Amino acid sequence: MTTSEYDSVRPPEPPDLSRWGRRRRRRARSGGGDGAREMPLVPEADFTSYYDRPVVKPAPWGWDVAAYLFLGGVAGGSAVLGAGGQLTGRATLRRNCRLAALASVSLGAIALVRDLGRPERFVNMLRVIKLTSPMSLGSWILSAFSAGAAVAAAAEVDRITGERLPLGPLRPVLRIAEGPAGLEAAALGPELAVYTAVLLADTSTPTWNHAHDELPFVFVSSASLAAAGLAMITTPVAEAAPARKLAVLGVIGDLVATGVMHRRMDPVAAEPLHQGRPGTLLRLSQGLAVAGGIGTVLGGRRRPVAAAAGLALMAASALTRFGIYEAGIRSAKDPRYTIEPQKRRLAARRAAGITDDSITTAG
Amino acid sequence: MPQLAGPTDPAADARWPDVKPRKGFFTDTSICIGCKACEVACKEWNHNPRDGDLKLLGSSYDNTGALGASTWRHVAFVEQKSDRIEEARATGRALIDLGMPGMGPPTLADRAPAEAMLPDTPEFRWLISSDVCKHCTHAGCLDVCPTGALFRTEFGTVVVQADVCNGCGTCVAGCPFGVVERRTDGTAAPKTKRGERKGEQPEVPNLGVAQKCTLCYDRLIDDQTPACAKTCPTTSIKFGDRAEMVALAQERVAALHAQGRTEARLYGANEQDGVGGTGSVFLLLDEPEVYGLPPDPRVPTADLPRMYRRAGLAVAGMAAAALFSFIGGRS
Repeated sequence: MTTSEYDSVRPPEPPDLSRWGRRRRRRARSGGGDGAREMPLVPEADFTSYYDRPVVKPAPWGWDVAAYLFLGGVAGGSAVLGAGGQLTGRATLRRNCRLAALASVSLGAIALVRDLGRPERFVNMLRVIKLTSPMSLGSWILSAFSAGAAVAAAAEVDRITGERLPLGPLRPVLRIAEGPAGLEAAALGPELAVYTAVLLADTSTPTWNHAHDELPFVFVSSASLAAAGLAMITTPVAEAAPARKLAVLGVIGDLVATGVMHRRMDPVAAEPLHQGRPGTLLRLSQGLAVAGGIGTVLGGRRRPVAAAAGLALMAASALTRFGIYEAGIRSAKDPRYTIEPQKRRLAARRAAGITDDSITTAG
Repeated sequence: MPQLAGPTDPAADARWPDVKPRKGFFTDTSICIGCKACEVACKEWNHNPRDGDLKLLGSSYDNTGALGASTWRHVAFVEQKSDRIEEARATGRALIDLGMPGMGPPTLADRAPAEAMLPDTPEFRWLISSDVCKHCTHAGCLDVCPTGALFRTEFGTVVVQADVCNGCGTCVAGCPFGVVERRTDGTAAPKTKRGERKGEQPEVPNLGVAQKCTLCYDRLIDDQTPACAKTCPTTSIKFGDRAEMVALAQERVAALHAQGRTEARLYGANEQDGVGGTGSVFLLLDEPEVYGLPPDPRVPTADLPRMYRRAGLAVAGMAAAALFSFIGGRS
């Protein structure tokens, strides 16, 4: 668009610095009004919003919550693998997975408490049991899981250090309790991995909410491949066969669940998953998951390859969690992702003859 | 588990032994003059601190921005030209033509309105609306709160107990209207530029916890009107029993339709909607998104049973994968 004959002597426009791939909405009333650059005379036709301000608020969480999504998954998966090692007599796999479960769940819990507005009141999470609150149920799952994982890991630490833990008469108790404790943690492992998916989906954050049917499957797959990857790094190949199989199953589950999620979601609500930084993270995650899976299948019995594949899988899982987390936060900050899918579903219901459930009524 | 969706009396659903009549607002935006007395009265009564730095936002007379932890009433200003007025009138007429069943008395708008009789200025109008917490029948914030800090009062409203909340922030993401927020003192970064934080500010109470409109719970207990409704000079903000408010709103929208102002519509009066109807009912003069309101909000918890079922399936899948990994064929 040429607005003046001197436009030809202007220096070229700087490239669009926004990392969003989609077109930027330009409003006549906001930005660019300082005369520094050429402005379109007619604003682009678009949906209506209140001065481009968000309708819903993004969760006030930092990167530590995204890290917890990853760590909780690793912990849950590790406990499951550890129990498998325990039941099938794979002592090294059992030891490493029990230690991994406790380490990751502890780091995750610290990240969660850090993120609270009032960290000193973290214990209020266990004030009630509330079925309508995935965070309440999750807090109970996390606590019960941590108790089991801690007992099982304590027994391993005691063995590694040659019974140097100051346990006194409690040592026989620990020996008896470690088995059931490991199984208890394993029983809660998948729940620990999945509840965060429900927690994200049960919000008004458009991208998370619209993914509610598939997010649990993405999260358990991601947890499985991450925990299996960690076991492939820590455990000699002779004992890591189950981890390799779980890794491959996890990769398959991750690819399928993510594919179905992208296809079934509202196209506008799914947009943040494809564009910008979250899009890059998620594409990278898929690539690493595929690479890790192939590495596991082809070279999983050679330790260096197994370790490299395991690392790729863990990175893939972390990227999935950070990608989905950030996509949701972005979707909440842009009114388009709230308004457009809602308008479409309202119009679809009206077209289907359902006219009695709109929040806007004529009388 | 309480009822997750559909019409209900929320206080009775929360098992209050002595349920009071449900209270609510009716905000009639057609007579709001944008004086912002409600914003001021709310801040004064609730001791809410200043919300960030004083800034001109370049959005008509709205320099408040949005509802938030320290802003429980927010007056929105929208300037519209004749094409938008025509559009609003058309969408309103389409809404009337849908023939909403069972929603109050039949409107008089079926009679073709004489356009010349329209009382509005034809070339320009201001939409002014005082927004507030909706006190939903099914409140997303309340449902997802893990500590029980958010609770349903005997008046059917939703209130945060600031001494219980640990600031987890789940309610912020849970609210379909973007109302509740975690309070910060706005001093995360040191203020170096002169004049950025004008004057000495009193200490900010309830830091780090979720904060939102309480519908003046403290005043309600003493049979008083909430501060915003009490101060509103044009009675744009009306307060009373919710049933009464809805009836009043239906009367008013019918009267406006009779004047040919088909752009008038109600927001939140329908208990069949995605949040089971709101305690705060609005009369709007354009589509809700024009005012920054969601066009089809749905409390996320309504789908929670389905989410739990899907999660259960996923758990079973993970357990099966693990089982197969250990007892399946050799690898």
